[in-house]
Parts: sequence; C-alpha cells; structure tokens
Amino acid sequence: MKYWRKALDQDKVKPSHGQVEILKDKCKGCRFCIEFCPRQVLEESTEFNRKGYHPVYAARGDDCVNCGLCELICPDFAIMVTPLEEEEVKGEKCHA
Amino acid sequence: MNLKGSDEKHYIDKYLREDRMPHIWCPGCGLGSILHCFLSGLIKTGISMDKVVVVSGIGCTGRVAGYLKLDSFHTTHGRAIPFATGLKLANPKLKVVVFSGDGDLIAIGGNHLIHAARRNIDMTVICVNNFNYGMTGGQLGPTTPLTARTTTSPIGNYERPFNVPYLAAASGAVYVARWTSMHVRRLEQTITEGLLKRGFSFIEVISPCPTVYGRMNRQPTGLDQLRYYRENSVIRHGADPKEVDIDLNGKIVVGKFIDIERPTYSDLLDEVVQKAFEPELPKPDTSKKRATVAGSTPK
Amino acid sequence: MPRVGPLVGEFFMNGDTACAEGAISAGCRFFAGYPITPATEVAERMSARLPEIDGIFVQMEDELASMNAILGASWAGVKAMTATSGPGFSLMMENLGLGVMLETPCVLANIQRAGPSTGLPTLVGQGDMMQARWGSHGCYSIIALSPSSPQECYQLTIKAFNLSEKYRLPVLIMSDEIVGHMSEKVVIPPPEDIEIFSRRKPTAVPEEYLPFEPDADLVPPMANAGEGYRFHVTGLTHDERGYPVMTAEAQDRLVRRLVQKIEQNKTDIIDIEEDGIDNAEVVVCSYGISARVSQFAVERARDEGIKVGMLRLVTVWPFPEETIRQISQRVKAFVVPEINYGQIALEVERCAGGAADTILVPNMGGSAHRPETIIDAIRGAVR
Repeated sequence: MKYWRKALDQDKVKPSHGQVEILKDKCKGCRFCIEFCPRQVLEESTEFNRKGYHPVYAARGDDCVNCGLCELICPDFAIMVTPLEEEEVKGEKCHA
Repeated sequence: MNLKGSDEKHYIDKYLREDRMPHIWCPGCGLGSILHCFLSGLIKTGISMDKVVVVSGIGCTGRVAGYLKLDSFHTTHGRAIPFATGLKLANPKLKVVVFSGDGDLIAIGGNHLIHAARRNIDMTVICVNNFNYGMTGGQLGPTTPLTARTTTSPIGNYERPFNVPYLAAASGAVYVARWTSMHVRRLEQTITEGLLKRGFSFIEVISPCPTVYGRMNRQPTGLDQLRYYRENSVIRHGADPKEVDIDLNGKIVVGKFIDIERPTYSDLLDEVVQKAFEPELPKPDTSKKRATVAGSTPK
Repeated sequence: MPRVGPLVGEFFMNGDTACAEGAISAGCRFFAGYPITPATEVAERMSARLPEIDGIFVQMEDELASMNAILGASWAGVKAMTATSGPGFSLMMENLGLGVMLETPCVLANIQRAGPSTGLPTLVGQGDMMQARWGSHGCYSIIALSPSSPQECYQLTIKAFNLSEKYRLPVLIMSDEIVGHMSEKVVIPPPEDIEIFSRRKPTAVPEEYLPFEPDADLVPPMANAGEGYRFHVTGLTHDERGYPVMTAEAQDRLVRRLVQKIEQNKTDIIDIEEDGIDNAEVVVCSYGISARVSQFAVERARDEGIKVGMLRLVTVWPFPEETIRQISQRVKAFVVPEINYGQIALEVERCAGGAADTILVPNMGGSAHRPETIIDAIRGAVR
C-alpha cells in the first residue's frame, strides 16, 4: 500500500495483530473470507474436512490486523479472530 | 496450519443452539453472515439476552429463530409481525425482533408489515431479501427484479417488484436502512442502532441465494453475488427511499435512509389512558348485593 | 373518569357484552380483534373496559393478525382473547392451528352468523360447528363451549379461559347471533367467588427446562417469554425440546399427545345438562340458542304426554360420545335441532351407532327454529 504522505504519529501508533483460528469442520468453502480479508491472510487448503470441503487456513497469519471481518462474514461460524498482545507478534513487518 | 476440529467452540456458540448446528443454509448463502452480524450487533447494545425475543415466519430466513439461544418463535408464514405485536404490547419490557424473509414479510405478510409500521409498534424488523422464495425452490417473489428468471418466471419476470425501504418508510417506520450481506461491519452497526431505536425500525439486508436465484441469473455462487454487491453498491445515507429501487444486476443504493422520531403505539395509548382515567384502579366493590349464582364457578 | 374494575352485581346486558365481562373476570387483559357483525360488541366492550384496568385492546388489520396477536400476548404471559364471526373465523383457522401446535392458552369467541361466505351477517346460524372441530389443517383435538344465554356467555367465557390455561390450547366459545345480541339479566359474582385457573409454571431450572415435556395429564408446564428460559417453539413438528424433527416417529408422538391430552381428560372437560332423560322415549339433543327453543318444545310435548328428555351440550367439543351411546340404548330416537343442514346430528348418529334413530331438524339460518317444528319432530319420533 502506498501513502502520499507520512502520518505524523506513524512511529507511535502500531496496528493491532490478531490470531486467526479456523474451526475447520464448520467450513463450507464459500470463500467469502478469502475474498474480503483486507490483508489476504486466508487461503483454501488442500485437505478435506468432515463435510468434504477444502477448509480455509490462515496462509499469512502474521499479516492479520485483527479487523475481524472474516469472523463476521463467515456464514458458518467457523472463524475466530483473537487479538494478540504486542510481545506475541512475530515479525514486525507490518510497520515497514 | 492453525486449523481446529469441530469440537472447538466459537465464542458466539453460547448464543446459538449448538445441538441444532450445523444450520441448513447452503454454502454461499448470506444468512449465516447476517445472523452473526445480528448477534454481534445485539451484544453491543448491552440489552439483557433474557429480554430479547426473536420471532420468525416461514422460509430460509424463518429458520433463524430456531438457531438462536434466546426466547424464539417460529410462527406461520407471514405472521411473525402480528405475533410479535402481541408479545410486545402484552409485555413492553421485551425487546422484540422480527427476523424473516422478503416473501414472508412483503408478500404474504405485507399487510401486517404496513400496519405495524403505521402503528409504530416498538420492534425491530430485519428483512432478508434474496429476491426469491428460496426454500420452496426459487419462485418469483414480491421483490424479484423485472426480467429476472425464477422457477415461476422462467422466461423472465414481468411483475414490478416492491421497493422495500420505500414501502416501510411510507407506512411510517421511524428507522429504515438497507445493506447487503457483504457490508458486515455497517450492518452490525445498523443492527445495534436499530435495536436501540424506539419505535418501528426496519432493516433490509440484500443477501445471496446462489442455489436458485443466483444460478438462474448468472451469479451461480454466493461469492459471485457478493462481488456484484461490492461493485454495484452505492452508499447514500439519507437517500430518498423513493429512489432506491433495484433493477436486475443494477446499482444497489445502501445506507440509512430514515431516522426520525414519532410517538410509539404505547406512548399514544398511555397518553390517552392518562387523560381519560384517574390514576388509581379501585378495589373490587363488594358492598353491592352479593350475588351467588348456581354454576357461576366452573369446575 | 374514575376507573371501574371487575363488575359485581346484577346487570342487564347482551351476550356479547357478558362474554367480554366474563373475560375480564377470568383475568383476560389482552384483546385483539377485527370488527365483524355480530361479534363487534365484544370488541367494543373490551375497547372501553381494558384500558381502565391496565389491559391492552388492539384492533388489528385483519383476523389473521388478531389470532396471532393473542398467541403472542399469551406467550408474554397475559391471558388473551379474540372474538369474531363466520368469515373471520375462517381466517383465524390458520393460526388456530398454530395455537394448537404451540399449545398456547387463549380464547376465541365465534358469534355465529349464517353462511357460507358473507351469508347473513346480522342473522343467526350454527353452521360453524364442524369447522370448530376440524377447521384448521391437520389432526388435533379442540375444546368448544356453546352458551344459550347472556348469563352463560359470562360463565362459559370464564370456563373457557380456565380450560385453555389448564390444557394449554385455544378454547372456542361457539355462541350465535341471537345469544350474542339478546339482552337479559346477568349476575356477576364477586371475584372471590370465581374460580380462576392459571397455567402451570415450570419447576425445572432454565438449563434443564424442556418446553414440551408433558406432566402426567399430558400437558407441559409453560414458561413465558422474557423469564430467562430461552426456549424455542415452532409450528413445525417438534420434540420435547421444542426443536423441529422431521420424522414419522416425532409426528406420531406429538400429534397423539395433542389429541390425547383432550381425550384423556374428557370427564373433566365435558359439561352437559340433562333433563328428564331417565324415563324418556325420545331425547332432544341440542346446543346454543337451538337448545333454548328445544327446551320450550320439550315442555309442550310433555304436556301432550310424550316422554321426552332434553340433553343440552354445553361442551360441544370434545363430543360427549359415551353419554350419547348410553342413552341410545334406552331410547327410540334422538331429535337434533340445529341451525345448519346437519353437523352435530352426524355426531349423534355416529355415537348412537344404530341403537336409536337420529332425526335432524335442520334450519338453514336467519332465524331460530319455531317450537312447532321441533314438537312435530318429537311427535314423529315417538310414532
């Protein structure tokens, strides 16, 4: 993402991070979460779940900013996003 | 991979009847998203869950009541609103929500909708509009856009559909909004606002029906329909409800259209009763001739 | 204006008004209805009386809505009723079925006029008796009471509420235009002399509450909305939890119980009046206004020396099968005057099972029978 100018408080404000958990057997493969995740965190897996769908998984979990959109849009209550404490965050690349 | 099995619980599960899960809705249906937005929006209101009552009619959306771990009623086709009217007027402490589909609320229940709005009964109506009768196999509905194909309009619909927000607003709803099932955050906020609004609040949610409507109208997956919403939704808060018709594959105007104040049915009733009567109910008058009638007490 | 609570004393009022007062005495605090002749007076009385006793009167957009509104009110814990006549009764059938399926206590008064269709709006009929029994689709049992006087309109409305609360179903008051519009003395006893029954509440904690698990009398205790039980109820075939179950087994279990909870408790429910049955050769069996004309005819026939008894059905449904069966063993014939072309007569004939003749005295509606017509039928029966 490109910014035309730098926010004055960019050094102080850090985007939050979330951990995406998939309850894989609930997934019915509608792909809503994959399509609408603003950070493209999710992808379809190759494995089959109990229902015979390919459940989604957090392919780029570290990129999650805890916006919770995937959780809300999932029609099958299969995704949970929990905020991560700052020290738990792996790889500070979001701040680049 | 951070995948968990079915035994894992979702935080929202405590508001759902887990023993009835998984729900019956097709992959790509928007109802699950809308139900999640409803619960999430409801939690944010801080209203006691014991006081929330959800009433549904018949159809795919009608199944919502059965999945909620709240006092919930799955009534007859089209009659959710009068049933809810009885609940609310008899116990004004209840927070009454009607959650039903477009066929249920706008066709067979259309008369009840306009009259509840006219009376300004304090309730929130969430109308999920998927442009057809999904559960019975995708027939023409009162909201099917002109020229759209359904199983009872195989050569294209030639009936003019209702503009649902306009109908609700013209009938007297004090709060009218529309979103699609893709606008989850905005829908969630609107549901919170609608639930906290005093009076008849009406929220239309455009939602995909990939299995029948979508398949017959060149949007065969839920994702196709959500992409259509993303590309064609126009947010216009305060738009004149007259101008929010939906054409086949045309623009969908979304936003909050109406948010006004008007006394509710109960406000006006209380006012009239206070004017008409003295405040106190008398004690039963037993000074009069005591009458004993054979058989006056039923067995 | 001072408020007037439940009335006590002697009054001159019509049957519809007495019905409304009976409801108030029974604890009814919610009325939803739609104007229709000749039931409108019930709504009018309720619209004047309920607001002053902190009840709710609401005039709905139609009878479909009225019936649903009283079901909703009942689930909110308030005793509720509606009143209608022929065409409105037809519209209420849809959600009468919902009331039966959700086991919802409420009262529906049908002030019968002559049909079919719009028929004779201002004139009497008794043509809805079979509709009362079978009018909603599917298989179920129902309770219907038939008053013969304004006094009885008052009393039977109380009884209807008590039965509906006890057995958890809509109870029908099958009145008619003449009884509804006739004015007579109505005696209203003080509240402490009126027996009131209210629905049994669950004793289980919310987590263990099963909304459709019956007690020994086959009636499940009932929680109201907003009490923290968080129950689900549905018009679909359901199990004890109230959850839909789409199997023949669940259907069998549920429908059997819905029917049996009435059939098993028949002796408690059925109320009939017998007069001179023991040594009778012929028995006149009737109900509502027709029973009142019949009583007069019976007395005139007795003056002629005919041994004739009178059996008045205060409870029409469930039908007093056993009583008719027993009487049929001793008498020559039943004479059944009713303002239709034979409805309750069919039931009498069924229960008599050929042991006694059944003679229908039909009347297509518009006026009550002339006593002479019934006397002629009695004479014919003993010949």
